[in-house]
Amino acid sequence: MKILVPIAKVPDTTSKIAFVDNNTKFSPDGVTFIMNPTDEWYALVRAIELKEKQGGEVVVIHVGLADSEQIIRKALAIGADKAVRVDADPTDAYFVAAQIAAHAKTENYDLIIAGKETIDYNSYEVGGMVAELLDLPCVALVQKLDIENGVATIKREIEGGTETVEAKLPLVICAQKELAEARIPNMKGIMGARTKPLAVVPADATEKLTAITSYAVPEKAKECKYVSPDNVAELIRLLHEEAKVI
Amino acid sequence: MSVLSVVEISEGKIKKASVEAAFYGSKVAEGLGTDSIAVVLGEASADELATLGQVGVKNVLHANDARFNNFDSKAFAKAVGEAVSASGATVVSISFNQNGKLLAPRLSVRLKAAYVPGAVDLPVFSGASATVKKNVFSGKASAQYQLNTEKKVIAVNPNSLSPVRGTGTASVEAFAPAVTDADFSTVVKSTDKIVGEIPLSEAELVVSAGRGLKGPENWGMIEEMAHLLGAATACSRAVADVDWRPHHEHVGQTGLTIRPNLYVAVGISGAIQHLAGVNGSKVIVVVNTDPEAPFFKAADYGIVGDAFQVVPKMNEEIKKLKSAH
Ligand SMILES: Cc1cc2nc3c(=O)[nH]c(=O)nc-3n(C[C@H](O)[C@H](O)[C@H](O)COP(=O)(O)OP(=O)(O)OC[C@H]3O[C@@H](n4cnc5c(N)ncnc54)[C@H](O)[C@@H]3O)c2cc1C
Ligand SMILES: Nc1ncnc2c1ncn2[C@@H]1O[C@H](COP(=O)(O)O)[C@@H](O)[C@H]1O
Repeated sequence: MKILVPIAKVPDTTSKIAFVDNNTKFSPDGVTFIMNPTDEWYALVRAIELKEKQGGEVVVIHVGLADSEQIIRKALAIGADKAVRVDADPTDAYFVAAQIAAHAKTENYDLIIAGKETIDYNSYEVGGMVAELLDLPCVALVQKLDIENGVATIKREIEGGTETVEAKLPLVICAQKELAEARIPNMKGIMGARTKPLAVVPADATEKLTAITSYAVPEKAKECKYVSPDNVAELIRLLHEEAKVI
Repeated sequence: MSVLSVVEISEGKIKKASVEAAFYGSKVAEGLGTDSIAVVLGEASADELATLGQVGVKNVLHANDARFNNFDSKAFAKAVGEAVSASGATVVSISFNQNGKLLAPRLSVRLKAAYVPGAVDLPVFSGASATVKKNVFSGKASAQYQLNTEKKVIAVNPNSLSPVRGTGTASVEAFAPAVTDADFSTVVKSTDKIVGEIPLSEAELVVSAGRGLKGPENWGMIEEMAHLLGAATACSRAVADVDWRPHHEHVGQTGLTIRPNLYVAVGISGAIQHLAGVNGSKVIVVVNTDPEAPFFKAADYGIVGDAFQVVPKMNEEIKKLKSAH
């Protein structure tokens, strides 16, 4: 089975979020970039588990510039077999999806496992866009994925619960928590990653459909109104009469 | 020209998140001086669909077809794409809920339309382009997305605007998209819904607790408060990770994002990853023994005190309030 895992690069969750150039650009100053956690912990690990069980190959693809090398090597250290980097700045989801789809068209993957969202732009879009570009079925918010004789059994989140669906391969999946247990690269993996193939390819000419024109950080924190623990009745009165929420 | 809203049906009823998407669509249509149209896929009664008129929808395109009763992203994208052509829509409004998060990007590719995932405000048009505000960095900032194509797809973050209901009635028209059985690529085998409880993603009131509660056996008072208020229950990831509470209750960066009218947080420290999922709530109440707990910085009302004393008192006072009204 040939599996493709698109991986994104994002600022570490503890990064200070600041903007420059009149609030038009994210400031990378002092920010540590990491592999998008959903991609690393769930999508990539489940792909590797499926390969370990059924044989095949796991390829990671990343749309980004040369400074992404470190996260790509980490994916190889965790267990991907090879990597492709499309050399372009990933500023628009449609553009990113088009690059991934262009690569996938040449390779006949049985399965593409993306993450549900990146933790910076929280967009939930690339996986679904790739599926539409390739005219493939797609299931998102996936918590469980098993494959038997070319048929995937998938558990996905719905409002207030989960749903189990079946779909034939080839297929696109957008992963979320519970799909797998995160793996930490071991020394052998880290050493091996250095010699695994990493192809750098130029981007396809695709227009960008959106642009971010400005950012804003929320106004100052709200003022908390404190109520004494001996006067709980007052809190309930405020929620009823002042906030009018109960 | 028109604005098309995608309205989802669950067991014959319009989903709350879709009412909001339709209201959003009507607001956009009003701004553009055009009609608000809705498309509904799946079985529902004409009476139920006519109620969309209350949030400004003029006409409903209804594919009253059982094949659409379960969501399939490929078939839905194709059918909604046809509805866009049929209605001449230039803007499509979809809820940014579980299904919308997949349907909207698929549809945007189909239409070659610029797309904003999770709009929190109405678009501002300027010539052929529009800008829409969306939260980024897990709610730590917002960004203005500029949509640069003639057709635009907007997925509306749940609880971003409160629908105002009028008295209108929408007309309902049969719609038969050319979707074949081969377009349905997924088969639903079973669903596992928590019955009798209010789904967290739809709840207007939420009572949540964390590690401060010491153990799963102490959740009775939290469930009681939820019951008294008609609220859903939620929890921090720390307690879901140790199986004190089910994972579908966990809110935050790696769990659900919710924006209820009221979020009561008991014994939760308020880590940034937790706040990311709840800081869009209208009113936040925090109960915590530690006056330095970061959650107080995001709270509207706070009690510095022991949950085991404060929560039972809150429940007593809520009972009094409910019996007085
Ligand atoms: C990448 C990443 C993603 C994450 N995603 C999430 C997420 O999605 N959601 C999430 O919730 N967390 C998430 N976390 C974890 C998060 O950082 C916190 O560790 C977690 O939210 C803490 O849970 P808690 O507040 O229940 O526990 P604690 O931090 O242990 O806080 C317990 C609180 O209870 C108070 N307390 C103790 N006794 C009492 C009492 N008797 N009465 C009242 N108060 C009392 C304490 O003062 C304390 O403030 C994530 C972490 C990482 C690194
Ligand atoms: N620049 C990128 N390169 C490769 N894959 C990406 C990139 N950006 C996003 N993805 C994939 O798409 C998923 C969803 O991201 P998004 O739609 O941007 O929230 C991520 O979890 C990745 O699997």
